[in-house]
Amino acid sequence: MESRKLLKQGAEAKLYLHDFYGRPCIIKERFQKQYRHHTLDSMLTNQRIKSEVRANLRCRMAGILTPTIFMVNFQDNSIYMEEIQDPITAKQYITDMSAQGDSSSLLMLAEVIGQTLSKMHAGNIIHGDLTTSNMLLQGNPSNLRLFLIDFGLSSFEASAEDKGVDLYVLERAFLSSHPNSQELFNTILNSYQAATKNIKSCKEIIAKLEEVRMRGRKRTMIG
Amino acid sequence: MVIAIGFEGSANKLGVGIVKDGVVLSNPRHTYITPPGQGFLPKDTAKHHRDHALDVLQAALEEAKIKPDEIDVICYTKGPGMGAPLVSTALVARTVAQLWKKPIIAVNHCIGHIEMGRLITGAVNPTVLYVSGGNTQVIAYSEKRYRIFGETIDIAVGNCLDRFARVLKLSNDPSPGYNIEQLAKKGKRFLEMPYVVKGMDVSFSGLLSYIEEKAPLLLETNEYTPEDLCFSLQETVFAMLIEITERAMAHCGSQEVLIVGGVGCNKRLQDMMDIMVKERGATLYATDERFCIDNGAMIAQAGWEMFKTGLVTPLQETTCTQRYRTDEVEVTWRD
Repeated sequence: MESRKLLKQGAEAKLYLHDFYGRPCIIKERFQKQYRHHTLDSMLTNQRIKSEVRANLRCRMAGILTPTIFMVNFQDNSIYMEEIQDPITAKQYITDMSAQGDSSSLLMLAEVIGQTLSKMHAGNIIHGDLTTSNMLLQGNPSNLRLFLIDFGLSSFEASAEDKGVDLYVLERAFLSSHPNSQELFNTILNSYQAATKNIKSCKEIIAKLEEVRMRGRKRTMIG
Repeated sequence: MVIAIGFEGSANKLGVGIVKDGVVLSNPRHTYITPPGQGFLPKDTAKHHRDHALDVLQAALEEAKIKPDEIDVICYTKGPGMGAPLVSTALVARTVAQLWKKPIIAVNHCIGHIEMGRLITGAVNPTVLYVSGGNTQVIAYSEKRYRIFGETIDIAVGNCLDRFARVLKLSNDPSPGYNIEQLAKKGKRFLEMPYVVKGMDVSFSGLLSYIEEKAPLLLETNEYTPEDLCFSLQETVFAMLIEITERAMAHCGSQEVLIVGGVGCNKRLQDMMDIMVKERGATLYATDERFCIDNGAMIAQAGWEMFKTGLVTPLQETTCTQRYRTDEVEVTWRD
């Protein structure tokens, strides 16, 4: 009936390439997880589709680039969205630039990441699964366009705790994907702080980040 | 040929195990069991360990048919764990090391679980889900460290289960988790509970507060049975664990999963993991209660690996620490 080509199978969804009334489109279809109780599974799938669409929209309103959503089909749990042309993940970009020793490009990327996340948190959007794989890049090093994707675990919270945990999740994914990158991550944090206008809430967020880091460390207790 | 003896006492299990070049010769254990509704306190647990240390040691030697002078190295748990029980057990290890004039090695408890799991299952380079009363971590090896990709940001999964068992006043014999598992088999009605996954990390404290608060009323009104609640709790927390394990596998491109730690002997958790792993065309490795639950052989096995690369702990450094992260240890015995 419709022509779709499997692009990629991730942990939770299959991505298909498709043509949506003349527009290049990606279909993200969340498949059933057989290991989960069916009630829990459909609850989570439903919740995540809604979160994904909502956060996507709210990010756009906050001036953050995201793929345009064309349509949602709750029957087969799929989201139809714009295909970002010639993207490279931030993960790949960092790997490539590190291999070339291009530290100025890396710093420029870190600046853009920090600014984008600051905008997102100013809009009280919590991404929930920040990794360098969930950031798509377009354009040249001095003029990078950064798209945020994969909002399935997102939520809307104003608290410093949630924003701090969001940064913590990124820090963990960042440091485990890119060895010896603490300095680059610090640049992201600095740019995040510089871009955040509400200085008081920004301080609270960074203090929470430090608290959550300690919590993780302290959790090595008995067992 | 290297023979190692391991002393484990970081929580409520006291174990002494003897390992000879990858073969477990003996692995006796004694568990401190508290009355229903109660957890184990450090002071009483330490007393339990002191009371049983010599009996368990004797049993280990007799079963292995090994004399003290045949042993090459003494291994003990440095941490993480509860302070008083750790110190009591380390004292025994230090004493025999000096009596028998043998070298001693301080072992990280989590590394013990991982090395034991690798030995028993033959897994080569797995993504490890380490789940117990005090720990919840997703670990993978890279560049001389066992790196923590995901973990709990508050309480451990086993702690969550144990504390729920106290709400239901379930027996602590053989373990609260085992009794929850048995009841869960008869559960039918699923109760939706908070499901908290943040990237590759999980959180259980909100879920525990929720169920602790709700359970009395739900049971009183006969809306849900204790079986239903055990079932719902297991389904929810295990789904969270499988999800972060899968995310870590996708992240690392891994095709093997190893489950270790006390909660790891739960059959339902193993079954759920097996389904996920099969869907990905990967392989699951799991062990049973002899090796999943804290034991002496795992400490001996990790110590044996360390000893073979030339490591020995000077006597004045044979201390204990309650906080000892898995990624603090340099893994000298793997490429």
